[in-house]
Amino acid sequence: MELNQLTAHELLAKLKSGSTTPDAIGKLLYARIQEVDARVNAYVRSSGLISSFGGLPVTIKDNICTDGLNTECCSKILQGFRPPYDATVICKLKEFGANIFPLKANMDEFAFGSSTENSYFGPTHNPWDLASVPGGSSGGSAAAVAADEAIWALGSDTGGSIRQPASFCGVVGLKPTYGRVSRFGLIAFASSLDQIGPITKDVEDAAILTQVISGYDPNDSTSVNQNVPDYTKSLTKDIKGLKIGIPKEYFVQGLDPEIKFSIEEAINKLKSLGASIKQVSLPHTEYAVPVYYIIATAEASSNLARFDGVQYGYRAKADNLIQMYKKTRAEGFGAEAKRRIILGTFVLSHGYYDAYYLRALKVRTLIKQDFDQVFSDCDCIVAPTSPSAAFKIGEKTEDPLKMYLSDIYTISVNLAGIPAISIPCGFTKKGLPIGLQVMAKAFNEEMLFKVAHTFEQNTEWHKIKPKL
Amino acid sequence: MKYQTVIGLEVHLQLNTKTKAFCGCVIDFGKAPNSSVCPVCLGFPGTLPVYNKEALNFAIKVALAFNCQVQGHTKFDRKNYFYPDLPKNYQISQYDLPLSLNGYLYIHGKDEPKRIGITRIHLEEDAGKLIHEAGSSLVDYNRTGIPLIEIVSEPDLNSPQEAFDYLTNLKSILEYLDVSDCDMEKGSLRCDANISLRLNGAKELGVKTELKNMNSFKGVKDALTYEVIRQTELLENKEKITQDTRLWDAEKGVTVSMRSKEGAKDYRYFPEPDLTVFIINQMMTEQIKTQLPELPQEKSLRFMRDYSLSEYDAKILVSSKKDAQFAEECIQKYPGKDKKEIVNWLIGPLLSEANLRKGELNQLSINKDELLCLIGFVERGEISHLSAKSVLTQMIDSGKTAQALIKEGNLLQVSNESELIKIIETVIAENEKSTADFKAGKTNAIMFLVGQVMKKSLGKANPKIVGDLIRRRLS
Amino acid sequence: MSIDKETVEQVAHLARIELQPNELEKLSGQLHDILGFIDKISTLNIENIAPASHILPISNVLREDVPHISLTPEKALENAPSKQGNFFSVPKVIE
Ligand SMILES: [Mg+2]
Ligand SMILES: [Zn+2]
Repeated sequence: MELNQLTAHELLAKLKSGSTTPDAIGKLLYARIQEVDARVNAYVRSSGLISSFGGLPVTIKDNICTDGLNTECCSKILQGFRPPYDATVICKLKEFGANIFPLKANMDEFAFGSSTENSYFGPTHNPWDLASVPGGSSGGSAAAVAADEAIWALGSDTGGSIRQPASFCGVVGLKPTYGRVSRFGLIAFASSLDQIGPITKDVEDAAILTQVISGYDPNDSTSVNQNVPDYTKSLTKDIKGLKIGIPKEYFVQGLDPEIKFSIEEAINKLKSLGASIKQVSLPHTEYAVPVYYIIATAEASSNLARFDGVQYGYRAKADNLIQMYKKTRAEGFGAEAKRRIILGTFVLSHGYYDAYYLRALKVRTLIKQDFDQVFSDCDCIVAPTSPSAAFKIGEKTEDPLKMYLSDIYTISVNLAGIPAISIPCGFTKKGLPIGLQVMAKAFNEEMLFKVAHTFEQNTEWHKIKPKL
Repeated sequence: MKYQTVIGLEVHLQLNTKTKAFCGCVIDFGKAPNSSVCPVCLGFPGTLPVYNKEALNFAIKVALAFNCQVQGHTKFDRKNYFYPDLPKNYQISQYDLPLSLNGYLYIHGKDEPKRIGITRIHLEEDAGKLIHEAGSSLVDYNRTGIPLIEIVSEPDLNSPQEAFDYLTNLKSILEYLDVSDCDMEKGSLRCDANISLRLNGAKELGVKTELKNMNSFKGVKDALTYEVIRQTELLENKEKITQDTRLWDAEKGVTVSMRSKEGAKDYRYFPEPDLTVFIINQMMTEQIKTQLPELPQEKSLRFMRDYSLSEYDAKILVSSKKDAQFAEECIQKYPGKDKKEIVNWLIGPLLSEANLRKGELNQLSINKDELLCLIGFVERGEISHLSAKSVLTQMIDSGKTAQALIKEGNLLQVSNESELIKIIETVIAENEKSTADFKAGKTNAIMFLVGQVMKKSLGKANPKIVGDLIRRRLS
Repeated sequence: MSIDKETVEQVAHLARIELQPNELEKLSGQLHDILGFIDKISTLNIENIAPASHILPISNVLREDVPHISLTPEKALENAPSKQGNFFSVPKVIE
């Protein structure tokens, strides 16, 4: 195997023993990118190639601020924006000795989407089937890792944007507990839902990367001051006696039979490894998508108000202020961004606040209570990550609602603020990856690593690579 | 008066913390444009706010000083609107759960003090500065993110004068708290006014107009006075008053409608997700209460009690914190039992000297002991009150001692009888009529004779002694 | 609740986004469908349920009143589409 095909923990061992160098790894990555990225389009902007690497490269989603490196959320409106600061996670990665890869990963504009088709730089293609989407919004990060164009990567997850592309691309993706990882420097989509997380080739890498980026940040009022355990200690390959809940609401019609089959196989596997399986109920699941599209778009409409052509990014020509605002935002935002900003503005506007936003916040409470209930006697919950495998590029672009519903199994986790991981658990007949989702109670990432690692180490799915 | 005036005031106050509300940028008005800014207060993407602990303490102090109920559970909200002085295009403010509610302060009314309600005091952040030029507008963000509190009064004010008194007392208390520069010219204190008229005795309020752009307390009073007249005329002519925002033009002395095309604003308030809620328990507020200084009311009561000052004198002395400090030190140094003498000097000659110099008592370059020494001369009848006043002025200007100046001016009063008798004799000789009148029993004729002696002695004679001598001489 | 073109136009103005007639047409239809779907939550009984404006139980996060190093004006204005001296510059404001 080539260096770029190895996992981060394998490479870290080689670097430690001196049997390879960061430059050697970097050169192979660039070679791989030259070879396949014209077809995959996992990276945006070919600028900023560097000749020497300080450490193990890590690929960063385009919505995470990198000092002096373009950070544009794959939107025209942030054209040429170079933040004069690093996101907290970037600082932590640098302290760890990682090298911030100068190319940023493709994404849906401002993370608005589930397919990476809404990128100003064009869609990313799924390495397993170039005609299919990689999922989204962190599709660039997931595709890069799956295609060995990246060793590991950071994404962001507001309603499934790490887990769903991870499942579509056959890699590991984790959404940490809200408040576990600092949001400082993550260009906000929905402040009360966003979290940065790892996309990696295996669970051990996910544990290491989560460890590196987690922890309290005095610059983020919503980051929690709670010490970070050594996550690698949870990689015990032992789940005997664990109580796993299976939510019946996640196995209703709409779930692709092929997916259903693989998930049930995986559940049997977990059972055979000593876990006890229990059917549970999350009764408010059907309300998650509506609640999400009220809260997320409302917060987004306010968070994205700052993109107005005054201090940075794109500005349209106009001879008075209001025209400048309206033209800049009309020309700078893509269709999905406009749709969500206008929806979010509407649900907050006078006379509608109580019916939509306030009501949604209350239903959010009910959704959280559902999980509290289940976790009162289950160690974790296992479910599909997505109701279907990767769909075709263009298949859902004309029907936003259909697109929104593809996040149906990932959204509740963000609303409840709990952590969840997606790991490979099979393939469809067409050879597209399928993801298994494990959820745990807040700040219990250890449980996720324990279960996911045990499953992974007793299956071969994560070892299979796409042919490009 | 056929109509009753109803006024409510909204005061925005900049807190004088070291740094801004949500970032560590220093607050410094002297600095060059956009030199006290950072990614946070510039609203750069990805940045997050963290609230300034000192700003919260200051705000709670103010709330307590105005007898507000500090709320146990308070949070920030976003107020959304587009304007270039607002980097995020939303202002972090408070909506349905403000820091504090239901306070009040007193202004002096006709017979007893009048209580003016304070609806709420809430936290927010300041916006930047815009400079409008011909084709474009220039933006300076040094001011964005400075911690503000908004103090909203009840519509309890019934005249421009009451509004003026409210602001004066408000400022006096705020100065005692030392949480703001309270300088309306510099914009650290800003005031908007809502005013409407209604027929006396009417229940419901009339149509109100909102007045902006006043940059002094007098400006507020003038603008309100103008608006009372304008609205009265409209009502008298059976014309309807349109609810709008009007700008005060201090030059022309008129209010002008803004006629903003932007219809009714829709701020789309919602809870600020980037900040946590604040739980303020009894302990916290009690702890902050102990940090409150003695406020004007308590101080004047204490002056009346401890130094047996009249309410009138006490109120004058405490209206400014610095004056009060200076005054109390003098009063304590003053040896005499009855403090009236020193107090008269303070609210008389000294305050007028201070006002002449557009300053406060403590800014007068005069040593308190020297002051008391000067007063001593007067009390011992060694110099006249008149010359003492001019000595005071000279002391302040020259910094010389009272002793020296009295010597220079040769102002010591003549109490030497033989010298005085010489003068008295000539005066009697020159004024037979008055002398006769006095002998005839017109006792007050003596005042004239004394006056003549004073004149001849160039004001240096001791009038008391002169009086006695004349009586003796003529009886 | 449904949404008509006029409302979408007003909301777009609030959001400072200029919409072309065809965009407005399309968007009104899509928003109508989305809102129709979202209305699902109106059927739920939410009496005396607290709104989860924050999913975390944390409170009173504050910073000390300590200065940090600000940006230089040059840095602050580096990304500005238009500047004049040390100022950001925007087209003239007409309310
Ligand atoms: Mg305000
Ligand atoms: Zn700042």
